[in-house]
Amino acid sequence: MSNIPAELKYTKSHEWIRVEADGSLTIGITDHAQEALGDIVFLELPEAERDVDAGEAVAVIESVKAASDIYAPVAGTVLAHNEAAIDAPESVNSDAYAAWLFKLRPADGADLGALLDAAGYQSEIADA
Amino acid sequence: MSKHTPLHAAHLAAGARMVDFAGWDMPVNYGSQIEEHHVVRRAAGMFDVSHMLALDLEGADARRYLRGLLANDVAKLAVPGKALYSCMLNPSGGVIDDLIVYYFADDRYRIVVNAGTADKDVAWMRDRIARTGANVTLEARRDLAMIAVQGPEARQRTWQALPGAEGASAGLKPFQAASFEDILIARTGYTGEDGFELTIPAARAEAVWNALAAAGVAPCGLGARDTLRLEAGMNLYGQDMDDDTSPLDAGLAWTVDFSDEARQFVGREPLETNGARRRLLGLVLDGKGVLRAHMKVETEHGEGETTSGTFSPSLEKAIAIARLPLAVAPGETVQVDIRGRKVPATTVKPPFVRNGKALV
Repeated sequence: MSNIPAELKYTKSHEWIRVEADGSLTIGITDHAQEALGDIVFLELPEAERDVDAGEAVAVIESVKAASDIYAPVAGTVLAHNEAAIDAPESVNSDAYAAWLFKLRPADGADLGALLDAAGYQSEIADA
Repeated sequence: MSKHTPLHAAHLAAGARMVDFAGWDMPVNYGSQIEEHHVVRRAAGMFDVSHMLALDLEGADARRYLRGLLANDVAKLAVPGKALYSCMLNPSGGVIDDLIVYYFADDRYRIVVNAGTADKDVAWMRDRIARTGANVTLEARRDLAMIAVQGPEARQRTWQALPGAEGASAGLKPFQAASFEDILIARTGYTGEDGFELTIPAARAEAVWNALAAAGVAPCGLGARDTLRLEAGMNLYGQDMDDDTSPLDAGLAWTVDFSDEARQFVGREPLETNGARRRLLGLVLDGKGVLRAHMKVETEHGEGETTSGTFSPSLEKAIAIARLPLAVAPGETVQVDIRGRKVPATTVKPPFVRNGKALV
């Protein structure tokens, strides 16, 4: 049974999004995603100040099995990526919600309403 | 409908993550693939390889038939129980499959072939029997299960799990097998570690699996099997060679025996005409990333391609097997195209790891 924290937002492509007090977004991959990927061994994360489109492939997670793209949930500008996760990719396996991947400042008018809530994501992965 | 091995229920009970492999529902891991990899390098792990097919070949012409069928020469097998690794080639010299053949007597052999190619192999072998008129019978043994027990402690723990087996198998050299009760114990494997491959009547398979587990042998999935064989520099059929690849271009020249000039095995002529045109080498990635199959490799002598790649848990680096221009030597720096990024790698002569030790 996957861990799906109620306070986060989600995408169908298995990213989680935390809306911070200052309006910025912290993004990672879900517990369900890390389990499906298996042992994670390498992360390629976007550099700060990069402008990204909604749905753009911005990061790569490599597990022993395969490489998987990570998508920007909304358009915006990358604020930072998580150096600690790059140094210890296995931390995404051990706690997918603590090991965030990158932070994003949403573009003006970026549509957060399209993101899934915990229940929506739960039914998304139940259907898969 | 996916096919199940006799150990399928045991895998589900152990919480395995299952995947489809060549039509079989097989365990890819039981938790962490990397931990399973390490347990085989450091202690003992076991793999269900019952999806592979054992075939019994019997009859007065068995030896003659195999000398024409296989690129390696079964005439080397003189001691009962001795085994040989060989490619089976098509008339163009491409690899139909790679296999292990066990010798029991001049009129009795056991052949073990890959799961994904089993139907194709059997059809080809039967066709050869019909065409050559060889006095042999070929019987597929789906009544058997196979468990590979691998690692530095694999033999000890097998003897612990199967009381009495030590006497029958302690004297086995690599690539040699002996019978114990209704089990064939072979000192073979696909990991670069010592160990056994056990062929067991299906009805007894789960009891043996559980006895091995009780003796401290960890269940391991196909994920670890792939990283272990890649580190050991062993080819995987369908990835590192196939129907369109000559064994001479896939690092398998050592398995092709031209020494008896009178032996006309299938595929001999094109191999002798063409010789080796590509060189198979290992790559160790110097930069960041993970190597995968089918990445383009740029060398000073032209382009090549990775045929298998992974993150090596033992070396903690990305490694690959690559088919490169003949002139490329070990120790050269090449550039690998990883999704549009050019990343430097160093060529090495496989294996990368054997018997728990890094060799590169």
